[in-house]
Amino acid sequence: MTAWASASATDQVNSTTDVPPVPSGDRPARLVADAVSIGYGDRVVVEELSVRIPDHKVTVIVGANACGKSTLLRGMSRLLNPSTGSVLLDGTAIHRMSTKAVARTLGLLPQAPVTPEGVTVVDLVSRGRHPHQGMIRRWTPEDERAVTEALALTDTVDLADRVVDELSGGQRQRVWIALALAQGTDLLLLDEPTTYLDVSHQIEMLDLLTDLNQTRGTTVLMVLHDLNLSARYADHLVALHGGRVVAEGTPAEVVTERNVRDVFGLDSRVVTDPVSHTPLVVPIGRHHHRETR
Amino acid sequence: MAVVDQAVAVASTGSATERVRRARRGPLRRRRLMVTALCLVLLLVFAARVLLGDFTFTVPDFFRILFGAEIPGASYILMENKLPRAVLAVLVGLAFGAGGAIFQTTLRNPLASPDIIGVSVGASAAAVVTIVIFGAGGVAVSVAAVVGAIGIAVLVRLVAGPATGYRLVLVGVGVAAALQSVIQYVFTRADEYDAQLVLRWLTGSVSGAAWPTVRLLTLILAALLPVLVWLSRSLRITELGHDAAHGLGVPRSRTDALLLLAVVLTACGVAAAGPVAFVAFLAGPIARALNGGRATLVGAGLTGAIIVVGADYIADYLLADINFPVGVVTGALGAPFLLWLLASGRAGRRAQ
Repeated sequence: MTAWASASATDQVNSTTDVPPVPSGDRPARLVADAVSIGYGDRVVVEELSVRIPDHKVTVIVGANACGKSTLLRGMSRLLNPSTGSVLLDGTAIHRMSTKAVARTLGLLPQAPVTPEGVTVVDLVSRGRHPHQGMIRRWTPEDERAVTEALALTDTVDLADRVVDELSGGQRQRVWIALALAQGTDLLLLDEPTTYLDVSHQIEMLDLLTDLNQTRGTTVLMVLHDLNLSARYADHLVALHGGRVVAEGTPAEVVTERNVRDVFGLDSRVVTDPVSHTPLVVPIGRHHHRETR
Repeated sequence: MAVVDQAVAVASTGSATERVRRARRGPLRRRRLMVTALCLVLLLVFAARVLLGDFTFTVPDFFRILFGAEIPGASYILMENKLPRAVLAVLVGLAFGAGGAIFQTTLRNPLASPDIIGVSVGASAAAVVTIVIFGAGGVAVSVAAVVGAIGIAVLVRLVAGPATGYRLVLVGVGVAAALQSVIQYVFTRADEYDAQLVLRWLTGSVSGAAWPTVRLLTLILAALLPVLVWLSRSLRITELGHDAAHGLGVPRSRTDALLLLAVVLTACGVAAAGPVAFVAFLAGPIARALNGGRATLVGAGLTGAIIVVGADYIADYLLADINFPVGVVTGALGAPFLLWLLASGRAGRRAQ
């Protein structure tokens, strides 16, 4: 977990912009957003935002609806080009890299992927190997191993010959994660990977990502809706509001009653999660106060 | 942590690998079987088209004539009528079938085939205008048809925007309707001689097949084949949606390249034989059904060829003394299929 503790190189990001301090080390991370503004047409959603995604950690972007968290993830994964600033992957501006080169380094699970009709689990997951295959298609033992491992990791080996269309929502999501895993990248970006999953499958999914992070050092960056699960599973939290980073750091630093009010506009009590000892947000609505009763 | 170690262990066991291998082989085997079967059917239909009919040939005679023997009467009928006609039907069917399947797979909507969203009509309209208004003929008309198809496709794409699916279908259907009225209007101004020519551009027919057309179309399709093979690899990825495809290293522009290729394929088919109705629309879903529900370009091309050759045979011999253009038969086959597709709610099931 301290794989990037050694700190030496110059910090090119901090020198140019007002980056919020990243708590651990100042070595340039592999994935960095440098003063990026991202939007759709004239509408700017993310403005002059700088953030470094710590290597070998699980980073979660949180924020209210329409705060720009998905937009930021789309920018970080090269789905959207920033209008100003740049996203750097291993020091190179990502939108100047070829799509395929990015795909070999950075795996992506988008929010609404399309499952082709009639496609089997193995067929779908095999497509995760596309960035590694040349002009002439060749199915190598390496491809086979990566696909088998991805299926085993997501517990979908038994579904291998099933048609994806006919699986349950949770199974389908696991198959899609398997596709991203088969891509075999050290960086994994996921846009709300737990949507459509019931709570036990959400936990299972996040446990799996944590396993990957801990055993392989996979850097995970994801957008999650659930603040409490984010606080539990993230090493590093990035809280967005109005397209800007308002708080960044460990869950304990970020998830405070004040920040929750600023980011989500929600009054809450933050207590310690009895299970994980991470912060747990208990919302205060207009009802249910003991005092008002 | 244990999960990852376990997974690696599972992956290295023979049983998991064997399962994956077996699961991978299933669809591949099915596809091979389907392609073989379709090739055989195409061969049979082709043989029937060439050998049977008003003037029948024996197989030895066929090969004798093919390799240069002169049999008075028979040689002419085979070499100048039946054979070029059948070969053209195969080529046009391949082009329409593959072009249609690319459209349907890329746009994830069986309705989004080039003959429904205005590409074929665009080619027809351009050809008809060239014939009637500019009085041109021959190559100029074919070139106009190709340019017209590409122009209309670009127009539809620009109006519909980058969003795919239903929007593009609706815009295409609208444009196609407008073009139909252009054709109707021009048709009323055509003189008798032109009207005959124009009619061919409205229904689609392979009856006027001549070797130069066949040779040219063969050359063009052969030149497009490597591009098709290369782009069809990305089709497996683009069908996962823009975002996922991008994440797997296939840029968004690849979708447009695929569609452009499909437009060119369709346009060449139309330039050679007119807009043979519904072939592009029918071939993809039929091939897909034969392939266990999975999209297949090769299958769609072969199915398209079978449809055109078979329909041409029917058009020629169904009713004695009356020769329909092939498009009349494919239209009669396609319309019920379109209705079934709409009624069963399969159209646009995945369109977003």
